[in-house]
Amino acid sequence: MKNERYELNKELAQMLKGGVIMDVTNAEQAKIAEKAGACAVMALERIPADIRAAGGVSRMSDPKLIKEIQAAVTIPVMAKVRIGHFAEAQILEALEIDYIDESEVLSPADDIYHINKHDFQVPFVCGAKNLGEALRRIDEGASMIRTKGEPGTGDVIQAVKHMRLIQSEIQNLVSTRADELFNKAKELQVSYDLVKYVHENGKLPVVNFAAGGIATPADASLMMQLGAEGVFVGSGIFKSGDPAKRAAAIVKAVTNFKDAKVLAEVSENLGEAMVGINEEEIELLMRERGE
Amino acid sequence: MKIGILALQGAFIEHAKMLQALNVDSFEIRQKKDLDQPMDGIILPGGESTTMYKLLVDLEMFDIIKEKIINGLPVFGTCAGLLLLAKTVHNHSNPYIQTMDIVARKNAYGRQLGSFRTVSSFAGKANVPFVFIRAPYVESIGKDVEVLAVVDDKIVAVRQGNQLATAFHPELTKDLSIHEYFIDICKKAIS
Repeated sequence: MKNERYELNKELAQMLKGGVIMDVTNAEQAKIAEKAGACAVMALERIPADIRAAGGVSRMSDPKLIKEIQAAVTIPVMAKVRIGHFAEAQILEALEIDYIDESEVLSPADDIYHINKHDFQVPFVCGAKNLGEALRRIDEGASMIRTKGEPGTGDVIQAVKHMRLIQSEIQNLVSTRADELFNKAKELQVSYDLVKYVHENGKLPVVNFAAGGIATPADASLMMQLGAEGVFVGSGIFKSGDPAKRAAAIVKAVTNFKDAKVLAEVSENLGEAMVGINEEEIELLMRERGE
Repeated sequence: MKIGILALQGAFIEHAKMLQALNVDSFEIRQKKDLDQPMDGIILPGGESTTMYKLLVDLEMFDIIKEKIINGLPVFGTCAGLLLLAKTVHNHSNPYIQTMDIVARKNAYGRQLGSFRTVSSFAGKANVPFVFIRAPYVESIGKDVEVLAVVDDKIVAVRQGNQLATAFHPELTKDLSIHEYFIDICKKAIS
């Protein structure tokens, strides 16, 4: 029964593939996102760029806000909990959230342990910057993975780095001799079964999205061409000059990520992109939270 | 025989793999020019119906696909695909393709916690696995619609002429029988 639930949760992620998941902070933004073609929304009180600007401890959103967003749209609604904060996750499960993001964007609640996601019926997505992190999260019960990138910056460099690293580590595992996989499992600190799966299939056993710093249709296309199966756009949409237009453009860019002509068309006249901060200008590295 | 698979968003690769297992050629439909290719059937996959509808309209594909279906091109919609084909979606105002005389309900089983799998019969064939992911069901049907599967008193698979729709995802299982059934419709449409 438990296993069946995990399969269903992985399968929901399969339905999100080729889509854009957008951060929204109220019901009105959720409706704009849905209308623009988002395949899901992430409900949160403050988008990552504002979390950065405000400083202090950031936590799970108010359940009232999440319920308002659930009532406003028919697409799946996700929400974030702090790394290791299983009580916040229990609350989101009680709200029947469609996906929980155990996220480095919020202040971590535990500096050693992530949530034991096998204890939950609802699915979890987790961030990763390399294959080891991705597989450890899957071992803990995550049914979807995303790159960490560097949230709230509008700078795509870290998402690129993480996606490239995960893909090359996967290729490396594929070409590893079968009798060396046991040691690989030790190095990566994950179960042998997972290492073997990647070795045999050349991919993660769950869907893998890009996240953290994606701000333009070109960014989305770049991540898709590097192997992402879909993208999360956090601050990039509602921190830009014309959110509805930019959101629709990124949706189209993900569908036709290989067609430069379509990309050129949708990139035209989008108004101001989010201002963004270069990665060397930031003090708080969210990607370093949770290994 | 060649089947076009709408590849705007969602689980379209899964359908391509099913067809491959049946030795049937397929191609992805991502933009208007892909619709120029000859096809003997079209699959509308699972995913988000609002996303697919938005892209169908923005990429100027909606009217062309609708016309093809009206003119008899065999179509197979799964989950979101069923919603795209339904004449009425009970709790949703969007006018989609509307070629199938059914009233459907979106997210009829609730949120992800309501997703489930079961084994049931499809068009007289027993023990076919059904996977429901935030699935719709069919509330009522018009006189030309044939019911192919029922789960817990709810209609979950229907056929009207060359149109086939399921509320569940046969493409997430290893059972090829429902895809075979669709290919049969396509073959009969050619001859």
